Amino acid sequence: MDIKKGSESHQLPAHRPPRWAERLLAWYCKPEMLEDLQGDLNEYFDRNLKTRGARYARLIYIIDVLKFFRIYTVRKPNFLPPLTHWFMLDSYFKTSGRTLVRNKLFSAINIIGLAISMSVGLLMIAFLSELFSYDHFHEKKDSIYRVISTIQYQDQSFGNMATTSVKAGEEIKETIPGIETLTILRRGFGGDARIGESIVPLTGLYADASFFQVFTFPLLEGDPATALKEPNSLVLTEKSAHKLFGETQVLGRLVVMDTITYVVTGIMKDIPKLSHMRFESLASFATVALQQPDTDGGFLNWESIYMNYVYLVLDEKGKRQVVQANLDKLCAQQNALLEQHHIHLSLQPLQKIAISKKLGNQIGTVINRIAIWILLGLTGVVILSACFNYTNLSIARSLRRSREVGIRKIIGALKGHVLGQFMAESVFFSLLAFVFSLPIFLILRHQFLAIAPPLNDQVALQLNPQLILYFIVFAVIVGILAGLLPALFFSRINAIHVLKDASSLRVFKHVTMRKILIVVQYTFSLIFITATIIGYKQYKSFLTFDLGFSTENILNIRMQGNKSDLLVRKLSALPAVTEVSRSRMITSLGSLYGMQIKYGTPVDSANVWLNFVDEHYLPLHKHQFLAGKNFSPKPADAEESEVIVNEQVLKRFNIAQHDPHKALGEQILLSEGKKLTITGVVKDFHYGTVEDKIEPVIFRYSSDEPGGYLNVKITSHDLAASMAGIEQAWKEVDQVHPLDAAFYDDQIEQAYNQFIVMVKVIGFLAFLAVCIASMGLFGMVVFTTETRLKEISIRKVLGASEENLIFLLSKGFLWLLCLSALVAIPFTYLFFDQVVLTNFVYHQPIHISELLTGSLFVMILATLMIGSQTWKVARSNPAEVLKNE
Amino acid sequence: MKGTNLGEFEELVLLTIATLVNEAYSVAICDELEKHTGRVTKLGVVHAVLNRMEEKGLVKSELGEATRARGGKRKRYYTVTNAGKAALVKSKEIRDQLWQKIPQFVIKWT
Repeated sequence: MDIKKGSESHQLPAHRPPRWAERLLAWYCKPEMLEDLQGDLNEYFDRNLKTRGARYARLIYIIDVLKFFRIYTVRKPNFLPPLTHWFMLDSYFKTSGRTLVRNKLFSAINIIGLAISMSVGLLMIAFLSELFSYDHFHEKKDSIYRVISTIQYQDQSFGNMATTSVKAGEEIKETIPGIETLTILRRGFGGDARIGESIVPLTGLYADASFFQVFTFPLLEGDPATALKEPNSLVLTEKSAHKLFGETQVLGRLVVMDTITYVVTGIMKDIPKLSHMRFESLASFATVALQQPDTDGGFLNWESIYMNYVYLVLDEKGKRQVVQANLDKLCAQQNALLEQHHIHLSLQPLQKIAISKKLGNQIGTVINRIAIWILLGLTGVVILSACFNYTNLSIARSLRRSREVGIRKIIGALKGHVLGQFMAESVFFSLLAFVFSLPIFLILRHQFLAIAPPLNDQVALQLNPQLILYFIVFAVIVGILAGLLPALFFSRINAIHVLKDASSLRVFKHVTMRKILIVVQYTFSLIFITATIIGYKQYKSFLTFDLGFSTENILNIRMQGNKSDLLVRKLSALPAVTEVSRSRMITSLGSLYGMQIKYGTPVDSANVWLNFVDEHYLPLHKHQFLAGKNFSPKPADAEESEVIVNEQVLKRFNIAQHDPHKALGEQILLSEGKKLTITGVVKDFHYGTVEDKIEPVIFRYSSDEPGGYLNVKITSHDLAASMAGIEQAWKEVDQVHPLDAAFYDDQIEQAYNQFIVMVKVIGFLAFLAVCIASMGLFGMVVFTTETRLKEISIRKVLGASEENLIFLLSKGFLWLLCLSALVAIPFTYLFFDQVVLTNFVYHQPIHISELLTGSLFVMILATLMIGSQTWKVARSNPAEVLKNE
Repeated sequence: MKGTNLGEFEELVLLTIATLVNEAYSVAICDELEKHTGRVTKLGVVHAVLNRMEEKGLVKSELGEATRARGGKRKRYYTVTNAGKAALVKSKEIRDQLWQKIPQFVIKWT
């Protein structure tokens, strides 16, 4: 009767035992025991389902499956199949080799595509592996942290700095436990070093005595414990010692910088390339601590967070979280005294510095994390595209290999064997491609480093055994990725069906998947190419952007501390030079120089950007006056009284109802109490880059700017000669420093350099993606036309025209391309319009032609390929094709 | 030797198989045992015992017909072999002999 209960229960399709548990049981149980055991468990499951509900029944099923895992139920592992793989490896390679030779076109498409994309992948691997081995030479690399600051203003805006205050460093050293050593560095050391008679420029950092306890920079001469202890001590690197003295045995020699005489107390080995901090020399922090310079609001002030770096080493028991908690406490304590803003300190691990988020005041150049993600993503897409080609073409060709698989299976190959064979084949292909990709990598490496000069300084991308190992692992992974789908497909082939009738194999079964792969490939290619075109157009528009003043033929010479009068006289004497002006800074390049001004009653104060210029500056740059006149020349010691403003200043302070003429004569108050009269109003112009909105700007008068620039207007056809003349004039004025001059237009180009670097990289990858996708498409077209040769012939015999046939054959592919264009174009448009270009306030609208050009180009390319192949087939003689049956 | 003597549970299972005649498969055996002994009988235990006894040659088994129930899986029916029968008989004999030796008063409880 109990039995009946079991057999009565009918299956409720909605409630089944958990699939994974069923599979687990089937996997471990001996085949001869499996069936009745499954039945028993099902019977209990049904019973529990009725009495206790589905959840309970499932639970019991799972428990039972686990409980039946016993010695007598578990099947004995079979060690033979993995072994046979090794025996068969020889055979696999032989067949792979034959396939390769027999299908030259397919092999070429696959190997070239894989080789090209893999070379990019290799580049990324080399790049990343170097970035991740930054600062590995420090012995305490795992426990070194940098203290970084975040300053948060009242209006919620904030700035992240790699720097912090001296006060923070000292407070941490004294009050926070768990820290082994701590060192404070300060930037701003440097200038002209005098050794006896000669003068050599020297740059560097200030560092305190524990610097060499934190970092592993071996000293060749001197004692690391005391080298930076005393004031006026100087540690040189080997290279800078050679630069200064011509030798390295210089311990105890004197170097005069400005008014201070330094004693060389140590010679350091040169800094390894993979170090985030680079310096020529280290001066003892005690030197600067004695001077207590007020460069950023009080040397020992909590808010002076712009000049100093603090690095600390946690001791063995020290925990990062504990120290961070103490830092939070310290910040809370100190911030209580501040009104305007808060400063928050946090720890950044040394190893994360080289690839970090955006921080101001970095000690050296770092690579932005986002840029790396973008590069990685793009590379991944290109590699996947090549893998898709392999997958697509292999499955498309499966008809030809199916007999081989059938025979293998009949002889005794298991599913796993066939899977292994095809995986081995794709790995074989990708290793072959790897061999070809190495030389491409070597060429690419050179190009890549040349694309952005700072990169060359940061990474070398040298090959080493470890890197080669990474490469090979990468190649194998790519092979597995490319071969997985075809291998699965082949392993499922039914041997009997295939051998009885090869056409029973449904080659076109996976057509949808293959179509999807093609669409994905093309969508990415189109996105890349459109992005490149839009980016390039935008870049061009930035360069030719109307800044509101003229930058044409203006050479900006950095004065490097020299008085300008003599140089101006010498330059003016040159025939090529028409005019010379002086300015403190060069506008429109991204650097900003601001101050607070006040106006009116009640007093309104706001930040304005400013530039100090002489009377020649505004006419030379063709700034347009809306009202008033230019500065009148004044001697250097005369009282400053005039100011020239732009329209935005009138708007911001609501001066004279924004009327430039009425605004003349109004007075603005500087924060230091000086009153200046508006004598001129210039038209709005771009003080910042096109990323920034036009904001209030004032010009103040200065007759000499030793720390600034000379702006030299040149009208000459013989550029080389005039540059030589300028160089000569400079040499007569300053024998120490080489001339530092650049044309304004070039400087603007430089300011948008990062943008064009990105455009170049994406453009290159776009080119690769299009090439690879095109090769894949070509392969597919060739395959399709070949398989349909007979069909075409019959159609032709029945009277189809060549045009009809071409249309018939190519419409499927063209449809796919249209589909990818439909996805890619709106996506790219939205991406640029909503994400990228919102960072640029003054950008050109995206033109429809930019959106379509890329797609059109790719379409034409694809149509040509498809057309040529289908044309070839459509023109074939049907009699030839049909007779050999 | 352990192999030749029946354990207590083995004996029970063997007897149950004999009572169920042609319907002796694992789940039914479990249910029957539960009904008669009143104690909870786990499938895992019965399954292990059945397997062991089959190894010893006390029972033999064969798969039945597939039905719609049990997810279409066949049942494995067990029958007692001659060796099994002999073991049962032998163990009954041992018990009977022992029973007869017991003086009447010992089991006559107040």
